[in-house]
Amino acid sequence: MATVDVLVATAEREVYRGEADFLAAPGAAGELGIMPKHTPLLSALAAGELRIHRDEEIDEVFISGGFIEVQPDMITVLADTAERAHDVDEAAAIEAQRKAQEIVDTQQGDVDYARAASELSIATAKLAFMRKRKNQK
Amino acid sequence: MASAKEIRGQIKATQNTAKITKAMEMVAASKMRKAQDAVLEARAYAEGIKRIVHNLMRAHPEYKHAFLTKRDEVKRMGLIAVSTDKGLCGGLNTNAMKKAFAVMQASKVDVDAMNIGRRASQAMRRFGVNIAASVEDINDAPSLDEILGVVQVAMDKYLAGELDEVHLVYSKYVNTMTQEPTSMRLLPCDDSDVDESEAYWDYLYEPESQVVLEGLLRRYIEALVYHSVLENKACEHSARMVAMKAATDNAKDIVKDLQVTYNKARQAAITQEIAEICSGAAASA
Repeated sequence: MATVDVLVATAEREVYRGEADFLAAPGAAGELGIMPKHTPLLSALAAGELRIHRDEEIDEVFISGGFIEVQPDMITVLADTAERAHDVDEAAAIEAQRKAQEIVDTQQGDVDYARAASELSIATAKLAFMRKRKNQK
Repeated sequence: MASAKEIRGQIKATQNTAKITKAMEMVAASKMRKAQDAVLEARAYAEGIKRIVHNLMRAHPEYKHAFLTKRDEVKRMGLIAVSTDKGLCGGLNTNAMKKAFAVMQASKVDVDAMNIGRRASQAMRRFGVNIAASVEDINDAPSLDEILGVVQVAMDKYLAGELDEVHLVYSKYVNTMTQEPTSMRLLPCDDSDVDESEAYWDYLYEPESQVVLEGLLRRYIEALVYHSVLENKACEHSARMVAMKAATDNAKDIVKDLQVTYNKARQAAITQEIAEICSGAAASA
């Protein structure tokens, strides 16, 4: 079966490098599913999980946004922050979500509000990611 | 000639200095390795985004983002100067600042400085350059967040038309002995190596191309600055290691000289004592 090279990197480090036969990404306009030999595509990514399928194995990486570049033989994910499944700390995610919700509720400046709203969506996505993993186990 | 006791004190003090500089040398060596690793770790992202932006510059002749459009007249320039927070690293900052001032002079327009690192702030203040933003106390393992503020100021001012060009000056890591002060134009993006003659193709964009382009170009600029900060860190620690090694060697030389002087003084004292005893004995005989 054909495979495609996958690279997931944040500005600070390389998170994942390997081959995949299918990749699912949280595109800004909806979930993207990408197979090898995909046409060149450039998309913004929302907060959510990246699933990298290789044979029967699935690697999951949490990203809080970024961009994906697809070439027929290469997929590059430039993530704003990326955490491998085992790095995601549920307690920290809940705390972040609570704090963001608090700021949204007490809505002060526009800037604060926009930032909090984005933080909230990231925290919520992170939590969903955690819970799903837990149920699988 | 100073007494033997005084010289012994000097030897002790110099040896202590050598111990400290030796310790600093070893600390710098270990930090240097970490800083080099950080540069390598960040390379994947930097190269990825560079390649994509490169493709975009070629693929997008009909829509030009402000970051890619050259302005006819440059009335005011921005300069992001990357330096260290601490000294004791040889001529690293001096050379980088010389480069910065050369860039400013060459432009012949007023400059807004945006500083990363305390030494840059001090230099800019001393020479009376208008300072638009500063960030100090950068972590030894710099995170992107720390420098975002400065980059944001530069991009906002550029988009608002307050600045017509933004340049970046930093020290590039060549090897342990060599650090090269480097300058580059950040905004508008340097497209000199884009080859127009290559086969034309374009991406599919999601959502529309402008949104994607805007976001990507911002991250591109951030990545360039972040990378320069990482390089500068590697430079800082290698320069400090070399400077401290030189200091340790110097201290050892001084100790050697002092040791000779000390021996001479001790010998002179003994000789004198014997002479006194002899003359005393001769007188009483």
